[in-house]
Amino acid sequence: MQFGLSEEQILLQDNVKRFLNDNASLDHVRKYAEGESDANIWAGLSELGVAALLIPEEHGGIGMTPLDAAIVAECLGNNVAPGPFLGSAVMAPTALIASGGDHGELLGELAAGTHRVGIAFGEAIKRRNDAGIQVSNGVMNGTSLFAFDAVADSYLVADQNKHLYLVSASDTGLTRTVLTTVDKTRQTVELTYKDVAATCISTQVSVFETTLDIGRVMLAADTLGAAQDMLDQAVDYAKQREQFNRPIASFQAVKHMCAEMAASLEPCRSMVWFAAHALADLPDEARATACHTKAHLSEVGKAIAKTSTEVHGGMGFTDLVGLHYWFKRIGANRQWLGAPEHVRHEAAVLQGLVA
Amino acid sequence: MDLSFGSEYDEFRAEVQNFLANNAHKAPKGNDLRGDTAKDWQKLLIENGYTARTIPKEFGGFGAEPDILKSRIIAEEFSNARVNTGLGGQGISMLVPTLLEMGTQEQKEQFIRPTIHGEMIWCQGYSEPGAGSDLASLTTSAVLEGDEWVVNGQKIWTSTAHIADWIFCLVRTEPDAPKHKGISFLLFDMKTPGIEIRPLVDMTGAANFNETFYTDVRVPKHQIVGERGQGWQVANAILGHERETLAPANTAQTRINALIELMKTDTADGERLIDNPVYRDRLMKVQGQVMAMRFNELRVLSARLNPGQDAGLSRMITKLEGTELRHELEGLAIDVMGEIGLAYEDNPHLRNSGSWQREYMYFLGLIIGGGTSQIQKNIISERGLDMPREPKIEKSR
Repeated sequence: MQFGLSEEQILLQDNVKRFLNDNASLDHVRKYAEGESDANIWAGLSELGVAALLIPEEHGGIGMTPLDAAIVAECLGNNVAPGPFLGSAVMAPTALIASGGDHGELLGELAAGTHRVGIAFGEAIKRRNDAGIQVSNGVMNGTSLFAFDAVADSYLVADQNKHLYLVSASDTGLTRTVLTTVDKTRQTVELTYKDVAATCISTQVSVFETTLDIGRVMLAADTLGAAQDMLDQAVDYAKQREQFNRPIASFQAVKHMCAEMAASLEPCRSMVWFAAHALADLPDEARATACHTKAHLSEVGKAIAKTSTEVHGGMGFTDLVGLHYWFKRIGANRQWLGAPEHVRHEAAVLQGLVA
Repeated sequence: MDLSFGSEYDEFRAEVQNFLANNAHKAPKGNDLRGDTAKDWQKLLIENGYTARTIPKEFGGFGAEPDILKSRIIAEEFSNARVNTGLGGQGISMLVPTLLEMGTQEQKEQFIRPTIHGEMIWCQGYSEPGAGSDLASLTTSAVLEGDEWVVNGQKIWTSTAHIADWIFCLVRTEPDAPKHKGISFLLFDMKTPGIEIRPLVDMTGAANFNETFYTDVRVPKHQIVGERGQGWQVANAILGHERETLAPANTAQTRINALIELMKTDTADGERLIDNPVYRDRLMKVQGQVMAMRFNELRVLSARLNPGQDAGLSRMITKLEGTELRHELEGLAIDVMGEIGLAYEDNPHLRNSGSWQREYMYFLGLIIGGGTSQIQKNIISERGLDMPREPKIEKSR
């Protein structure tokens, strides 16, 4: 019995961390937030094997597990790093593999990091009145909101029936408009489809669900990383900042805020590990655990985002320390792919608790 | 990541299940510490290695090698079957491990066997009216006169003092030493002249606690564990462990399952409580928190099994998070029941024997006892996050 990371997984974590500390420091993040392309960082991560993580070796991948992917997601959250990891390295490969179709070529390109697949799932999770899509005879019309990865080469789109389609970003009928959100580390877009050619990937609800579940666990892992960094920053700041002739870290009012953050976050790490492990190995528990993990990390992350900012005092509110990138990242992870109340409802449905 | 215990352990689990299937009917139902049923059950459990498992045979235990997974399996299976796990109390949970670690051979021989067999009940004399969170400032004194310690002072929160045969007690023997170095750990008979016990009724209505008063209580010199002035280390040898086990996640899991059952069967305005989306959302929120604590406990277990594994802060946070969570869980049950949630004692509309209100209050007690939540936060920030201590204020004389 061993509940934790293997030596190989700790090595993976160290490698990704080192790369991100060199290539996705706060200075870099500011540049991405101002619109600089993330192509270089994605190329670098792909060289480390991040794009190929979940893709089988026969398609040029390295065939690792959702837990390995969660480790990477945590690192990305830690540095609020940009890039198409969630769509291109996790959700798209998961859908393509689960569909059972022949997608070897596309998987190969995904593994190499040369093709990016974005995700437009809003329609199938909770459609807003501003959106709505129709597909008939392989032709898609309508609008998707908040698709992620603004510069993807193609998009995996779920309709209201939870059927999955692939559309090309270069289709002349597809218009892509950046939707500004608070989170500047990852851009989202509105996609409008006017007679766009849509390749059906799957009509099985289970394929959509498997894809959604892993996406939710990755967002939870991203929040874990971001929240851990906010806690670390708060503790470091409190040790340096002096008022009343002593570091504010020596005041119980401040220490207790930090202890509360640490106490609520520590179980989250085990929860993300378990949820990621369950995706591959415990099918009966995987779905409800993914929902609970997404919801719980969202709640804990939100509280830490607030508390860490408060520990920084007025500086936390400024752009100078850049803490707001983490605050907003955690906020975005909370809303994407189902907000807490929504996923908790799903958890109740999965347990048969809803009439 | 490997969550299986292995085939050897599957066999062991089957053995435990088999034992429970054949013997569960012999288990006591209530919480009677002195009844014959409880003692017989305890004896049977020791003989089969389901309690006092690693205590050496020469002291009346089962004498098995420590095996964390087997202990875990026993706990899981007894919990699943909702069968009494044997005698508890501070003698068994605190004094016996302390004696095994710090006691003399004579002390081990004299005290361990009768304690684990329920023939010797102990109470713990630690806290005082003026020494709660700052326990090391305790002032109950013991002065050596010839071959006897003479004890004078007052203790509080002395659980089960009214039924205890003996007490293990922290006293100040070196008044001139720094406060942590002037304490000794004494054992004495509660029938010794000079002891007065006054029950202390708590908010649940029970009187498990007492105030105890000591006036010239004479204790033979050799009834000390460890050396003079070593009492603080003796007491702390096992305190941390006690904190970790106050609010285990599998009990929280049992309680949330009971709450789900209640919400599926109880109705208000003809609607099942679980069909109310607000209550249901709150239920799911707490279920997620229980889940997180269960996985945290898996990590603690794994780190004990695999010494190379980093447990992070997973052990340090269990008392704080576990007790707060149980208080919230029990309180949720009260909320969803509306007025019926108030029912207590002999009220005919009680649900689950009134356990929701009782546990709701009891866990507030545990949030305070065993190191308050605030003390836990000091520990987490100072030892876990390496934040500086509050500057000390010199005592004015």
